[in-house]
Amino acid sequence: MRKNLNVIAAYSIMMGLIILVGIFQSWNIALSIFNLCLISAVMTMGANIQWGYAGLINFGIMGFTALGGLAAVLISVNPVQEAWSAGGTNILLSLFLIIGIVLAIRFVLKRYQKSKIRNYIIAAIIISGIIIIRLVSEPGIEAIEEVNPARTGFLGGLGLPIIFSWIVGAFFAGGLAFIIGKVALGLRADYLAIATLLISEIVIAIIKHEDWLTRGVKNVIGLKRPAPYEVNLQETEWFINLVEKFNSGKLALISDITERQAALNQFVIEGSSVFVKLCYSGLFLVVVIILLILTQKALYSPWGRMMRAIRDNEEAANAMGKNVVKQHLLIFVLGSAIVGIAGAMLVTQDGLFTPGSYRPLRYTFLIWVMVIVGGSGNNFGAILGGFVVWFLWIEAAPIGLYLVNLTTAGLDDTHFLKVHLIESVPYFRFLMMGVGLLLIMRYRPKGILPEKIEIK
Amino acid sequence: MDFLNALILLLNYIFVPALAYGSQLAIGAIFVTLIYGILRFANFATGDMMSFGTMVAILFTWYFQSMGLTLGFLPTALLAIPFAILFMGLYMLIIDKFVFKYYRLNKSPPVQLAMVSIGVMFVTQAVVRIIIGPSDRRFFDGEKFLIKANEFKEMTGLNEGLAIKSTQVITIVVTIILVSTLFWFLNKTKTGKSMRAYSDNEDLALLSGIDPKKIVMITWMIAAILATIGGVLYGLDKSFKPFTYFNNMLPIFAAAIVGGIGNPFGAFLGGYVIAFSEILLTYAYKKFFMYVLPESMEPDGLIQLLSTDYKFAVSFSILVIVLLYRPSGIFKGKIL
Repeated sequence: MRKNLNVIAAYSIMMGLIILVGIFQSWNIALSIFNLCLISAVMTMGANIQWGYAGLINFGIMGFTALGGLAAVLISVNPVQEAWSAGGTNILLSLFLIIGIVLAIRFVLKRYQKSKIRNYIIAAIIISGIIIIRLVSEPGIEAIEEVNPARTGFLGGLGLPIIFSWIVGAFFAGGLAFIIGKVALGLRADYLAIATLLISEIVIAIIKHEDWLTRGVKNVIGLKRPAPYEVNLQETEWFINLVEKFNSGKLALISDITERQAALNQFVIEGSSVFVKLCYSGLFLVVVIILLILTQKALYSPWGRMMRAIRDNEEAANAMGKNVVKQHLLIFVLGSAIVGIAGAMLVTQDGLFTPGSYRPLRYTFLIWVMVIVGGSGNNFGAILGGFVVWFLWIEAAPIGLYLVNLTTAGLDDTHFLKVHLIESVPYFRFLMMGVGLLLIMRYRPKGILPEKIEIK
Repeated sequence: MDFLNALILLLNYIFVPALAYGSQLAIGAIFVTLIYGILRFANFATGDMMSFGTMVAILFTWYFQSMGLTLGFLPTALLAIPFAILFMGLYMLIIDKFVFKYYRLNKSPPVQLAMVSIGVMFVTQAVVRIIIGPSDRRFFDGEKFLIKANEFKEMTGLNEGLAIKSTQVITIVVTIILVSTLFWFLNKTKTGKSMRAYSDNEDLALLSGIDPKKIVMITWMIAAILATIGGVLYGLDKSFKPFTYFNNMLPIFAAAIVGGIGNPFGAFLGGYVIAFSEILLTYAYKKFFMYVLPESMEPDGLIQLLSTDYKFAVSFSILVIVLLYRPSGIFKGKIL
């Protein structure tokens, strides 16, 4: 118990801060911060598995997040029948062609010795394949995008409950990670970082511009929800009764019946949105706890021990007969899959998929700040990092505003410096993140909750 | 005649823009490569350092303009560059003293330095946005075109016009001067040689009496020059927006790695490789083939290999291919 004291203390402070937001700002804000903290925590756990367990730098988190989001769209949206009949065959044909090309390249690679001619053959297969695919898919894509472009213009999805997409998102992200890992894992650490960063940009470019699949920058809105809708809740009998019971003290103070009814309505509207957010919190919390149990188990298993051995001394682990390349690939895929889950969760919560909003600063570098600040190699630290950093990211603007008002209190309200500073309050969050990261790296390089391994 | 038209078309839409864009990337790539070669880390704050230098240059440009000081047909920003370099150098030395020096003296692994550079990236980004704001700014003044498309058509009687923006010429000329001076400095002067020696083998360099403090300081100063000039040239040619500068880090990294990281000449050529392949692969060749082919064979489509949306993706794909087949880059940089 005693040794876990700092963990418990850190988490209680964090929860206390969120509750303070609930009391002073509103429960709605507090819960939306809490939900995004949970999602960030999942992402951080994914990155932490790669960095903390194995020392792999993955700057492609944005790409895996977006793939998870794509999974949410492809699973939950109802299929657009017209689009399928208009261009479905062409798309399916192109898909088979891609598989064919991959098989052909594999065949060539297996069959012939390494030589210049083999390289030329492969290049020829790829180039001719791309041209054929373009010719086949072009009319299909155009036909699909012409089907009711204002509302659909894409193939749609499978029409399943969106919750399935959390698993599918993991598979999507894991699949991409497998390909990237095959290509790039042999590189030195900082090269891997740059390569994954650039590959994630390619993924975003594809998601943004292949409108037939994702609607691109036109966004997909109104995704299905695993939680009830606020509007429906506000008309349900048991929910209104519940809200009445909760606020009976306040309502009793109001004597006038019509006024009381109006107040109740207000409470119901507020309560419905809090209730929906609570539903999401419950779902996310389940995911976080499951992942936490699994990752903790993995960390203390012989496998986790082997991963740490590989991280700390690759050559020695290799000499002991551990397959470093294979284990690196495995952990890269696992970590990315977890990030994919988080991506699907994020889209589920927002109810919309906006490819334009995926930016490396928010989805890659911020997550890395979380990992470093929280404590790499320690799952509790990673989750805490997700909470602390996201909380500061959101609350940086109010804090910044307060600080600006404090420091410029002597100045006139219309003074140009004060006006300028107040305008730039949103950017104080970057400053806070940067300074925070630099301070932690310098004075507490292992993070708030450092890695602590005791062999049981 | 048709052949000439086709040639001018390519010159106008591919060669000149790619040369200018490539020069901007090349300067950035040399910046990345120098930091990587001598200070030994991947600097993720590259784009934001460039935007900081450009911001200072813009502030000075505004100041000069308010005093009525201009360079005639040349943009005023050229006058502001030396002052911006001073500020940029100061900023970099401050960052080095308070941030990077500690890790360098402790001989931290490059990965840790790269992480620290992310912190610097956040801070620089915040400083730039707080001082000048996140919006798009044009600070170009002076003559816009060296040759206008219409004038060219009248002069030569061709169907296709060739428009050359003065910013493109300035970019190319400044790049040639800057890069040749840099190579002269690195290859011929004593300081330059000691820098290369330090990059090649740190221990041996220290043993032969090279002062590491001096090397590091000079590296940061050269980096300041490159970052400011590269940033200002890009801003003059397109426009200044902090977010775009941050994103420019990606093709710059691609250029540095394609050329072989740690190798300045490779980085220089890498910039052009990236720029030309981006533009060559996303240009619609329909008009070109209309001139070259007989009428009966005129193409129906746009004859575009990739849509322009994939401009960035092209350079990154090249990078991935290079990493796969020649991880040390085309021109043999550091072995990785």
